[in-house]
Amino acid sequence: MKYMMFVCSDTEPDTDTADLPDIHLWVSRNDAAGRRLDGSVLAPTSASTTVRVREGKLLVSDGPFAESKEVILGYDLLECADLDEAIEVARSHPMARQGRLELRPLAELGD
Amino acid sequence: MTDGVTRSLAAATAEAVAAASADSCPRIVATLIRVTGDWTLAEDCAQEALALALQRWPREGVPGNPGGWLMTVARNRAIDVLRRASAERRKLAELAALADAGPAQAPEEGEVVDDRLRLVFTCCHPALPLEARVALTLRTICGVPTADIARAFLVTESTMTRRLTRAKTKIADARIPYRVPAGRALAERLPGVLAVLYLLFTQGYNADGEPAFADEAIRLARLLQRLMPGESEVSALLALFLFQHSRRATRRDARGDLVALDKQDRNRWDHAAVAEGLHVLAGVREDGPYAVQARIAACHATAPSAGTTDWPAIAGWYDRLAAIQPSPVVELNRAVAHGYAHGPEAGLRLLDAARAGGALDGYPLAIAVEADLTARRGDRDRASTLFLRAAAATHSVPERRALLARADDPFA
Repeated sequence: MKYMMFVCSDTEPDTDTADLPDIHLWVSRNDAAGRRLDGSVLAPTSASTTVRVREGKLLVSDGPFAESKEVILGYDLLECADLDEAIEVARSHPMARQGRLELRPLAELGD
Repeated sequence: MTDGVTRSLAAATAEAVAAASADSCPRIVATLIRVTGDWTLAEDCAQEALALALQRWPREGVPGNPGGWLMTVARNRAIDVLRRASAERRKLAELAALADAGPAQAPEEGEVVDDRLRLVFTCCHPALPLEARVALTLRTICGVPTADIARAFLVTESTMTRRLTRAKTKIADARIPYRVPAGRALAERLPGVLAVLYLLFTQGYNADGEPAFADEAIRLARLLQRLMPGESEVSALLALFLFQHSRRATRRDARGDLVALDKQDRNRWDHAAVAEGLHVLAGVREDGPYAVQARIAACHATAPSAGTTDWPAIAGWYDRLAAIQPSPVVELNRAVAHGYAHGPEAGLRLLDAARAGGALDGYPLAIAVEADLTARRGDRDRASTLFLRAAAATHSVPERRALLARADDPFA
């Protein structure tokens, strides 16, 4: 089962001062286990562009810039047996403490 | 004469179906869900098996193993449905799993009970909204009709149906597993399961609740205790339920008003439930939050009269509870216990401390506690004023009645 894991900032990060898990270790371990298929940090929202087509006309605009402090900073595409495994993978990511992670399964489209 | 025999036979059959339904249905549903992953199919097939039993058993007699009979019928029915839908590849896989699941007759207790335990952890998964967890547990594990659940949650049946469907869809889409977690995960998840049971119990315990839910919560707690005998908080929760449940006949008067613990007729408490609670609690070694609450409940349940309650012991347990599970309400109860154990001044001191954070501001029970402690200190006028204030703050009509009576006569 594939899960998209959105890596997000959060207005209330962990106050625990214990050492954060090492992100490189997290990546290499999950890559090696075949649980992480892809992933990247995203450029800041100031680099984002919105594209729409309305009645045949192309509309391109700057943004969007999220008003809130809770933005998607990056993503990882996971391959896990079930939600519990995905939760275990997510909990050991440093951003689980500095921000938050959102797990969303990829829809399994019919044959 | 013949009529009488027929009637009693019919009654006996109906009884057998009802017993088999309560006992076997959740197991059948749990097993079919595990094997097919299809919640609706599992529930439908179990219902159809029961319907067939109602038709056949009066004519053919109740089979020797009613549960095994129902399981076989339900499983054959599931195979039928899946076979008909077997154009879809996925259904074929389910069918293969079902056929592989071995003979249906006389399901082995261990295996089937495990299915139910797995399902409890699925229904109580933290990735589901809390309300859905309680509703899904009632529907799937306890077999409570959706209409009854809807009534207890004060929503329409169609709203409850939608809520249940949404939860089942999420279980499938997000692939929430059917598994009893192990190791660290079990320690993390078990409190959530127990919290659902506790909610279920209080739902049955409240004035406007569904009394049968308390029985369901106790049944589930017994099941968990049997399956996880090493988990002390599970046993503690069962004991706590039994102590609280032992007072069910005396908690309300004829008008439906709450009767305070010290005014209840202790002869009418369920002494068998208390004895069982004590027996279960005797096996609990650790001091988790439910264990401490159960010990407090045991102190009340074993006191021959309100006057002989061991308040110093209760106060000590509240100190412990406040240390492991601090909350404003625990602090409030702690103030009450110390008030009885060590005098109203001690209680008022702790009450002041409990209120310091502001979390109890305007909470009618906190005002009532202050009023009671003030009365016991001998300050009639101030106590009366405080009881009036508490009466104004509460939204519960029976509670207001009781508080107004105390305002009239603070020393009652």
